Amino acid sequence: MNAPFEGIGASVRRKEDLRFISGRGHYVDDMNRPGQLHAVMKRSDRPHAKILSIDTSAALAAPGVVAVYTGTDTAALGSIPCGWQIHNKDGSPMAEPRHPMLAEGKVRHVGDILAVVIAATKQQAKDAAELLHIDLEELPAIANVADAIAPGAPVLHDAAPGNVCYDWHIGDKAGVDAAFAAAHRVITLDLTNNRLVPNAMEPRAAIGDYDSSTGDYTLYTTSQNPHVIRLLMGAFVLGLPEHKLRVVAPDVGGGFGSKIYHYAEEAIVTWSAGKLGRAIKWTADRSESFMSDAHGRDHVSTAKMAIDKDGKFLALHVDTLCNMGAYLSTFATAVPTYLYATLLAGTYTTPVIYAEVKAVFTNTVPVDAYRGAGRPEAAFLIERLVDVVAYDTGMDRVDIRRKNFIPRDAFPYQTPVALQYDSGDYFATLEAAQKTADWAGFPARRAASAAQGKLRGIGISTYLEACGIAPSKVVGSLGARAGLYEVANIRVHPTGSVTVFTGTHSHGQGHETTMAQLVVDQLGIPLANVDVVHGDTAKIPFGMGTYGSRSLAVGGSAMVKAMDKIILKGRKIAAHLLEADVGDIEFKDGKFSVAGTDRSKSFGEIALTAYVPHNYPIEELEPGLDETAFYDPKNFTFPGGCHICEVEIDPATGIPTIVNFVAVDDVGRVVNPMIVEGQVQGGIAQGIGQALYEHAAYDAHGQLISGSFMDYTMPRADNLPNITVATENTMCTHNPLGSKGCGEVGAIGSPPAVIGAIVDALKDYGVRHLNMPASPEKIWSIIQAGRPAMAAE
Amino acid sequence: MPQVTLTVNGKTASVEVEGRTLLVELLRDKLGLTGTHVGCDTSQCGACVVHVDGKAVKSCTMLAVQANGAAVTTIEGLAAADGTLHPMQEAFRENHALQCGFCTPGMVMSAIDIVATHPDGLSEAEIRHCLEGNLCRCTGYHNIVKAVSAAWPVMHGKVAAE
Repeated sequence: MNAPFEGIGASVRRKEDLRFISGRGHYVDDMNRPGQLHAVMKRSDRPHAKILSIDTSAALAAPGVVAVYTGTDTAALGSIPCGWQIHNKDGSPMAEPRHPMLAEGKVRHVGDILAVVIAATKQQAKDAAELLHIDLEELPAIANVADAIAPGAPVLHDAAPGNVCYDWHIGDKAGVDAAFAAAHRVITLDLTNNRLVPNAMEPRAAIGDYDSSTGDYTLYTTSQNPHVIRLLMGAFVLGLPEHKLRVVAPDVGGGFGSKIYHYAEEAIVTWSAGKLGRAIKWTADRSESFMSDAHGRDHVSTAKMAIDKDGKFLALHVDTLCNMGAYLSTFATAVPTYLYATLLAGTYTTPVIYAEVKAVFTNTVPVDAYRGAGRPEAAFLIERLVDVVAYDTGMDRVDIRRKNFIPRDAFPYQTPVALQYDSGDYFATLEAAQKTADWAGFPARRAASAAQGKLRGIGISTYLEACGIAPSKVVGSLGARAGLYEVANIRVHPTGSVTVFTGTHSHGQGHETTMAQLVVDQLGIPLANVDVVHGDTAKIPFGMGTYGSRSLAVGGSAMVKAMDKIILKGRKIAAHLLEADVGDIEFKDGKFSVAGTDRSKSFGEIALTAYVPHNYPIEELEPGLDETAFYDPKNFTFPGGCHICEVEIDPATGIPTIVNFVAVDDVGRVVNPMIVEGQVQGGIAQGIGQALYEHAAYDAHGQLISGSFMDYTMPRADNLPNITVATENTMCTHNPLGSKGCGEVGAIGSPPAVIGAIVDALKDYGVRHLNMPASPEKIWSIIQAGRPAMAAE
Repeated sequence: MPQVTLTVNGKTASVEVEGRTLLVELLRDKLGLTGTHVGCDTSQCGACVVHVDGKAVKSCTMLAVQANGAAVTTIEGLAAADGTLHPMQEAFRENHALQCGFCTPGMVMSAIDIVATHPDGLSEAEIRHCLEGNLCRCTGYHNIVKAVSAAWPVMHGKVAAE
């Protein structure tokens, strides 16, 4: 009987599913430590206020209460660090105000932590938090970026005059100015990228534990990157050395970026555990998630494209104001710069580009990477601008794209904004998507809708993104304070089964399956003989974690490198056993053979020999079969593709219905097609959410007014269509797998396609662009305000 | 403190709770049945759905004392004693209807109720409408809808379970 195909390319069912479908997952809130106490955060309900006093006496006297801490108690501890230092146009470093774990002197956003109450039960801590007497003096507050830089605006931090974090730029200003002066036409678009709340379904949680007999701390936390948390919290905030601090991120219920960052609550429970000698548990209510998980996006931009008379792009100028929120979160500063402005060439040959980005502080929750992180903002800006160029010039949206695409034979392609694309074929993904979506048949469908009194539109996005982050030397030169390699330890056990210890983290991506498939492929052993372990700094040598669609491209490449070492050592052992020259030993399908003969040893036999080295080249080779590799990527990877969305709008209500959605993406080598499809569908659901439903709304004074699932529109099953996903792949040329990454393409490629479709449906109403979310109210108002410029077909 | 006696997954349990204790807190904190999750505080997400006397209920909307005398089934109680999975659990795995797994227990419990209450057939639109009370952030629902659809004939005996 042939072994089932379980290697690269097989849609094997997930190894992790059994525990999740039977209720035996192990999330942080499912865990309890002996003698554990419970922490409740007392959060500010004011956006900006001076703390006059906090009287803790009544709370301390309440039943079950063990301790109450405020910013006064933690003022000597470190600031929550920002991982990426950006420099201003003049070369000076960005403003980097202190980010305390408990508010010191002032609160700066709704949700800022005023005090932590620790009690025997969560209810007791909650009750006691109500007994805190807090005297605040309210200060004027700002929520949006324009208000933040207005003259006379209230200032959040003394260390950031005018609320400016940085004023940064990239590209060739003189070149863009010259091209604009000589251009046939310059087309301008003002647009916003709406603020979002990531809302992973599992609220954040953390348990700090301390063993006074050893001085060892353990933090169990909902994290995408436990080693990064250990480094940031240990070295920068609490001053704990790595060997005394273990960070465990067990099953984590979704992240989407929001669980990358080091959060105050992690430091609070760990520090308190040391103070009290007890385990301290905290779990966020969803309301807390809304006001404390880093938000995403929140850009206001003006984009200008210079074109020649044939619609060829000559130069692009982009001016962006972006919101950092009240404090700098871990990756916040990199998102609107190196993960955004470097992407502004998109899939096009625009020869000169200049972008300026000003980041500002406001009295809102910190903003950081959310699925896509900068690339969705870039893709939305470029793809909307291209549509508007077509609209304003009367050119066809697809023709203008094809005219400006980077040609198939132009790779590697150096963009004018630093990146070098290694591979891609934008014509292939475009043509495949158009065919699947029956682009040609759209006019007939539009007419059929019109006959029923409905408006129908079709939208297209031919986006590109950069992921697989990132070459350490490159990001270091750009201000990153860490390297972005990845680590794999492959442990072959004596009888030939394998445990993989990866520095990436799986919180829905299915790494326990796909990474095991890499082992099946390379070592030729069955999937059942491979386990993948992640999320524990005590087990895994090191790791930078999971974000930026890096786990397969970078973490998988580290595995390939480690397995290469295993195979090399195995060949030496086999050469000894088979009395042959190492150069003559081949490894294929799980067998070490002497080339051209039928003499061979199985992988299991070699493993056993390595651990029971009775007949072994012991003088030249150490026993054991356990290898570690660090892989530093040579470049980013560049997935891209084409998304097409078709909508129908009921003019009576303004409600848009997505009637078809097709995505054809280039993600490089696919390990598990079923999982890739699921990742892309999920990303598109979030992209549709951004385009049609979601908006983190603040009032003008900094009050969060969409702070629950009653107010913030999460896409539900009946808001979303079936999503047709396919791939047309070109291989990444610089990593051993050829994989590019698939986790974020859906969220990056889809919003411009959805908005393009809505705008197309409303084209007779003189609409050239619509900001997200395109709510029924916005659409209905447009329909009510304007008679069609021409009768509908 | 009030005493609550109920049957959970076929076993009788009798526990003392505060009056304000929610059913989900009783299940998770008192009985250690942590498969039922809490994803929100406004009864919007459905991560906590269990069956109370055969009906799908958001266990965060019910006080523990209201469940006195009731028969409760949680995700842990779905599989047969020999480990054979419920057809809905199988359908979720087979159709890749879960990613991070956090919404999955509530989603599976709701899905079983949806199929059970639609013996005459279940369209895609009906499935989507009925799943409206359960949020998933990972899958975009596409594969969840497929799984529910695939479980319907198995649960209603229209085809032999594989």
